[in-house]
Amino acid sequence: MTDPNSSVSHLELEESKKTFLDANELVINMGPQHPATHGVLRVILRLDGEKVMGLECVIGYLHRGVEKIAEHRTYTMFNPYVDRMDYVAAVSNGLGYCEAVEKLLNIEAPPRANYIRVILTELNRLASHQLWLGTHALDIGAMTPLFYTFRDREEILKIFEKYCGARLTTHAFRIGGCQYETYEGFEKDVKKFLTFVAPKIDEYEELLTTNRIWVERTKKVGTISAKDCIALGVTGPVLRASGVKWDLRKAQPYAAYKQFDFEIPTGQNGDTYDRYLVRMAEMRQSLRIIQQAVDAIPEGPIMAKVSKVMKPPVGEIYHSIEAPKGELGYFIVSDGSTQPYRIRVRPPSFVNLQALDLMCRGQLVADVIAVIGTLDIVLGEVDR
Amino acid sequence: MSDETKSPSPQPEGEKPSSDKIAGGISSGTPPPGGAKPPAPSEKPAVAPGATPPKPAAPGEKPAAAAAPAKPAAPAKPAGPTPQPWDSPLVAKLTKQFGSGIQPLTYLGQNYLQVDRSLIPTILQMLRDEEQFDYCVDITAVHYPKREKQFDIVWILYSFSKNERVRVKTQIADAEHIPSAVPIWAAANWLERETFDMFGIQFDGHPDLKRILLPDGWKGHPLRKDYGIIQQDQEWVQINLGIESGQ
Repeated sequence: MTDPNSSVSHLELEESKKTFLDANELVINMGPQHPATHGVLRVILRLDGEKVMGLECVIGYLHRGVEKIAEHRTYTMFNPYVDRMDYVAAVSNGLGYCEAVEKLLNIEAPPRANYIRVILTELNRLASHQLWLGTHALDIGAMTPLFYTFRDREEILKIFEKYCGARLTTHAFRIGGCQYETYEGFEKDVKKFLTFVAPKIDEYEELLTTNRIWVERTKKVGTISAKDCIALGVTGPVLRASGVKWDLRKAQPYAAYKQFDFEIPTGQNGDTYDRYLVRMAEMRQSLRIIQQAVDAIPEGPIMAKVSKVMKPPVGEIYHSIEAPKGELGYFIVSDGSTQPYRIRVRPPSFVNLQALDLMCRGQLVADVIAVIGTLDIVLGEVDR
Repeated sequence: MSDETKSPSPQPEGEKPSSDKIAGGISSGTPPPGGAKPPAPSEKPAVAPGATPPKPAAPGEKPAAAAAPAKPAAPAKPAGPTPQPWDSPLVAKLTKQFGSGIQPLTYLGQNYLQVDRSLIPTILQMLRDEEQFDYCVDITAVHYPKREKQFDIVWILYSFSKNERVRVKTQIADAEHIPSAVPIWAAANWLERETFDMFGIQFDGHPDLKRILLPDGWKGHPLRKDYGIIQQDQEWVQINLGIESGQ
């Protein structure tokens, strides 16, 4: 009675009247151990032949109770935990958390720290998009991009490793600024990487953009309109590919983003192909931002004056940033003690995944794989 | 709730003279800028000159200059900024219509409405239809076990056309129901399911209110304050995992 697998979904319940023989619709299970679900996502599909009539996501396999843990840690101690949510964009998670607590403490990171933050966050956005491209293409059947993107992503991870010693869960930032000053030759490394990676992005595009198989597998697949995106709270590249020019870096600038010149790439059709194009364009915009930041990085302190024992005044704050996947928000309630009273994480992947049902309806089973890939979810963040 | 790290030493006004032991050990280089904020008498005056937070990551050569700008902020912090009344055309309109049922406030530049439980469906509907708050960013709850109305329910809304955020808050008692926002924003579906899963809040009119992150048979709602951090549904663990405890 408590077996989680026996819990019938409403989709299955609707079909219970039919016997197997007269069933035009078939309910099948996909995942949680499935290579194309990018982790442990379980999807219950309702099919008519090969056509998807509807689906339901079963999530929570990776639930670690991050929000509960936060209530038993100090503000500083909780900082590394956020890296484990979206572990392919750990830097973004850290940035959002640190800025939220800084807001609550009413302090600001010094300009140099903000520049370092922008450089690392944009590098991480690039790494996240590269990982997305590689795995997404692999799901659809193109194997080559995976090797290309992983080869180039390695260079970003090397910079992270040289900067803070960690490659994936970086814990690069601290509340009030950055823990580490840039290492000797950091700027040179970043500039070298920029010149190295720009032609590589063209290379990815050469492999895919006009590739007939790629185009047929992605165009008009998983289409979602701007109106539906907004109703479902979908953000990030998925929203932009549907034609909404909205990016928190522009709409409500944080860190040092106000000082940089960049564009918000958008699509028109809201299909998988447009989302691909938007993310490719975003990679190039990230390069632009990094270039400007490295050229103009100011001297000065990297840490604001923060007391060792942090006791934010009683109150609450919501702060969100544009993570590679969409709006990543932190809602923090302080009771004036050293530990947060409550931290709520608003994860982009979780909210975006809600749109999977709508995007897959009427598509073929094989397209579900493409749509899961194009949503760019990380289950660590969905389940927290 | 566990107090393992809370208040190791008495710090009446909060934070400035931070953990004396640590600071005392490494602060020899920093001259005491004690004049601006004399530590309270209870705070170990003997150690006080050395207790100045030395800011380890500071560039080091100009401690006086580095300390100076931080000082004006320091006295403000212990008192803490308090929520101020929030005034705007939207607020004027809402107060006119609902009177004392809503309390518009602003804190650290962020606006929120403290709303009576009974007005929730009307206000949410109105914010979307008339005020273009078309994007429901998040729905969550906060548990205050000592309060009579134990839960704060929070809706975080955003308007694309105005580029503006607003939070709507209401208080409800344990076991009290609240109308679902799914008819207003489709995004509310999973967000409400998670709030139900973690706090046990019942949303009336939700199309499919069931657990989302925890397994369906699980007992208890982990983000309630009375749910311990290592607490588990032992029965569920035993039946489904075949072990005594997940710990």
